Amino acid sequence: MDSTKVLDAKGLSCPMPIVRTKKEMDTFDSCDILEVHVTDKGALADIPAWANAAGHSIVDQKEDADVLTFYIKKA
Amino acid sequence: MAISKMTAAQVARKAIENHELFILDVRNKDAFEDWKIEGHKFEYLNIPYFELLDGVEGILPKLPKDKDVLVVCAKEGSSIMVAEMISEVGRNVYYLEGGMKSWSMYLEPIKVSDLTGGGELYQFVRLGKGCLSYMVISEGEATIIDAVRFTEVFTNLAKEKNVQIKHVFDTHLHADHISGGRHIAEETGATYYLPPEDAEEVVFNYTPLEDGLTVSNGASKIEIGALYSPGHTIGSTSFIVDRKYLLTGDILFIDSIGRPDLAGLAEDWVGDLRETLYRRYRELAEDLIVLPAHFMTIDELNEDGTVAKGLGDLFAENHGLNIESEEEFCHTVTDNLPPQPNAYQQIRQVNMGKVTPNNDEQTEMEIGPNRCAVR
Repeated sequence: MDSTKVLDAKGLSCPMPIVRTKKEMDTFDSCDILEVHVTDKGALADIPAWANAAGHSIVDQKEDADVLTFYIKKA
Repeated sequence: MAISKMTAAQVARKAIENHELFILDVRNKDAFEDWKIEGHKFEYLNIPYFELLDGVEGILPKLPKDKDVLVVCAKEGSSIMVAEMISEVGRNVYYLEGGMKSWSMYLEPIKVSDLTGGGELYQFVRLGKGCLSYMVISEGEATIIDAVRFTEVFTNLAKEKNVQIKHVFDTHLHADHISGGRHIAEETGATYYLPPEDAEEVVFNYTPLEDGLTVSNGASKIEIGALYSPGHTIGSTSFIVDRKYLLTGDILFIDSIGRPDLAGLAEDWVGDLRETLYRRYRELAEDLIVLPAHFMTIDELNEDGTVAKGLGDLFAENHGLNIESEEEFCHTVTDNLPPQPNAYQQIRQVNMGKVTPNNDEQTEMEIGPNRCAVR
């Protein structure tokens, strides 16, 4: 999937993955897609819940070894 | 203003002593609804931390000024962030050290009673998970029943009391939490007992816990007798301690009864559960004090923080002991069961000795409530 930008949040623990993700998304235009890589397991539930609350949509996600990847489309 | 940390032990004292506390839980809504810190006088506000990234001004009016406010999250990080934001706008605030992870692990030993000849009976209350473990102490010796995996809490009390741990029992193969029994026995040279019917797949040596087995603890020979009481599992065994206490394991709780499905055989074991609760237990003296291996809600705690109630009271009040029709009983314990405990199949594998996860993985497996009961 094509993304506008990739954010490497691997190794960061809660709340930093979402703090960084939000910061990036705030600079985006509508429909831009951010690709986020995280290793913190809490992100599995928290990133979709945050995106939902903020009105963004998760257009794809995958899990490869210990790395979770989310593709988040700005509202 | 100031940020202070509050430990799980301090929160536990507040829960047991019925103090007030305002909990701002910043985990996501599903996690909060599934499992939270319980206290009779605790109040709650659940706002996920990621909804507070732009500021906490919006929730300030909801935070009381006349009570301690404790920010709670899964592991601690987010609660510190939110506590800092609250403190920056001029409020005093606490965060829970180690988050729900440390709450799940915290264990408080509470003395239930003195026993014959200077003996003592301790109940270890794991508030976050609702697990209860026991230790009988008398004159130089100790017996432990249903130990959770934090073995040092038990060995430390044994050291403090200057007693040697001789016998370690598990009432059954647990599915909601990882047993510490086998490890305590290895460390101290005690004998580890497990009901053979539950132990068919275990890969370590154990001493069979058979119906009628009796051990005596210490010079005053406090009697600990086994009573086969299947139903939660096929091997589930109860204990009668000092002819006064009935340790029911996961068969009978204060306000509920054991569920028969966690080893995958609900229909097969319903009859056993019925037989145990409606016949075997009925033959026992009603003045025995029931000490279960779990509680489900904080309402089951007595004023001193223990979980204990007379068998006669339970016969009168516990719904699960008052279902006359066998058919209705069968439906109650097999239909519409609550979700199973987190990772219960993996936890059974760990307790069989088949897999040995590291500490973090064990913590992860044990997250959430115990869910061993049916009401």
